[in-house]
Amino acid sequence: MSAPVSRAMAEWIGFKTILIREFGRIVRIWGQTILPPAVTSTLYFVIFGSLIGRRVGQVGGHDYMQFIAPGLIMMSVIQNSYGNVVSSFFGAKFGKHVEELLVSPLPNWLIVLGYVMGGVIRGFLVGSVVTIVSLLFTRLHLAHPGAILSAAFLTSFVFAIGGFINAMFAKNFDQISWFPTFVLTPLTYLGGVFYSIRMLPSWALAASHANPILYMVSAFRYGFLDTTDIDLAHAYAIMVGAAAGMFALAVVLMNRGAGIRE
Amino acid sequence: MTDLGRSMHALALRQLTKTYQNGIQALKGIDLEVERGDFFALLGPNGAGKTTAIGIITSLVTKTSGTVAVFGHDLDRELEAAKSCIGIVPQEINFNQFESVQTIVINQAGFYGIERRIARERAETYLKELQLWDRRNSTARSLSGGMKRRLMIARALMHEPELLILDEPTAGVDIEVRRSMWEFLRKINAAGTTIILTTHYLEEAENLCRNVAIIDRGRIIERDSMANVLRKLQTETFVLNLRAPRTSVPRLEGFRPTLVDDHTLEVEVSKGQSLNEIFASLSAQGIEVDSMRNKVNRLEELFIRLVDSGARGAGAERPSAAGARP
Repeated sequence: MSAPVSRAMAEWIGFKTILIREFGRIVRIWGQTILPPAVTSTLYFVIFGSLIGRRVGQVGGHDYMQFIAPGLIMMSVIQNSYGNVVSSFFGAKFGKHVEELLVSPLPNWLIVLGYVMGGVIRGFLVGSVVTIVSLLFTRLHLAHPGAILSAAFLTSFVFAIGGFINAMFAKNFDQISWFPTFVLTPLTYLGGVFYSIRMLPSWALAASHANPILYMVSAFRYGFLDTTDIDLAHAYAIMVGAAAGMFALAVVLMNRGAGIRE
Repeated sequence: MTDLGRSMHALALRQLTKTYQNGIQALKGIDLEVERGDFFALLGPNGAGKTTAIGIITSLVTKTSGTVAVFGHDLDRELEAAKSCIGIVPQEINFNQFESVQTIVINQAGFYGIERRIARERAETYLKELQLWDRRNSTARSLSGGMKRRLMIARALMHEPELLILDEPTAGVDIEVRRSMWEFLRKINAAGTTIILTTHYLEEAENLCRNVAIIDRGRIIERDSMANVLRKLQTETFVLNLRAPRTSVPRLEGFRPTLVDDHTLEVEVSKGQSLNEIFASLSAQGIEVDSMRNKVNRLEELFIRLVDSGARGAGAERPSAAGARP
């Protein structure tokens, strides 16, 4: 007979178990989770960096390859943190094994946090792989490591929650691909991954400031290049605000059982 | 909460109702108590409300009104404590089919706050008990139907719940495996675990359970000990296999015999009548009987009568199972 653990310890064990399960899933299906972003980013670096980039010249005082590398890393972080949670949680709903968690005494906020941190782990794993790929093509300087890590963490956290909320409401597989295809990808491409917003006409520059991904990419790029297109305080306020607000929304939806309880 | 201060009821439902968004009223004010340590059968036809009731107890379905208490823990006020007491074996397979058997049970223990070292020990114990240890590294989807059912039982026991709820645990399981599962359930009940069982195999309920509730159209229509419920059965039909073929129905004073075919005689026996009278009368007519059996299981006969009389009383169409299910 084992000694009973405290509630806080029990919740910590439960949280760790979700993380272990999510990490196990990422590793088990590495051909879907890790390999494709590595291949895609290699193609981006070859085509946009080596072939087209040479003709572009410098952007903001940096080689084009050095300029797009942080953007491409962040793009993979965004897409993979979102994709991990939306497919994992919807898969759990579809296969009904989400019930394993719903019948357990784990509080809803911890279930949300577990899945979201699973998305963050995938975002960081893929981000690291893309960073390694980028080093084959260019040199990266760590001007502000704190900015790199904090921007990557907050961004992956925000998009992982986005994936969670999408999965809660999705009723079929079409509905988990709709948002990434029609919203996330355009916003990412228009968020300054491949260009500096200073290159845009004034109306497009103004419109870009309504795109939250611009702030995330710019804050991350600042960590490498020590230059930025936007106000960093503004960027962090948006990222922290989005993370807190979306997390609260996800927990409220879980408490209401939206999409998961009748 | 001390053990003495805790409720004697493993489960107490008060005026429990559930109306789904499509307007179907699956539960219409259920009152039910299950004693600590009981082996309890919750029976009912498809769409009667059994799975909805279990869904509410395990918090997978949101109730419309009423209260649920598990070992005295009210679901509205002490949800986590109530959940910790329950182990659920659902009707449908609900584990990740791509995970290994051992991973599934160890993770489930983790969700209940059980350390991994202890979870591994328990996994070995329960997987061995349920003859799954040799398949511990197999992915769940490679298991047979019976093995999947046993895996769900092992998973439900990993946090050693005080109340185990089994929703059709032996559906699609062959007789040999079903009997070994019965033995296992008897053993854990004898060790103190309260068990609530829903099943379509009424022989299973009659063999295992001490108390029973029958639910139909969202209401409890019978709640008593299994022995008392069976006593309520007024008549039973016996099937007699005759040694020699016959073309006419034998005379059986006070009984209602029917010749089904030239070798098979059915006799309806009322409560209080003796089977000896049948055999004495048949012997006197020179009729030899090779074997005899109940036409249907006794509980099944009672169940059909109760549900049929309920249907006549209600005078309404039964809601479709698909519509009433969560």
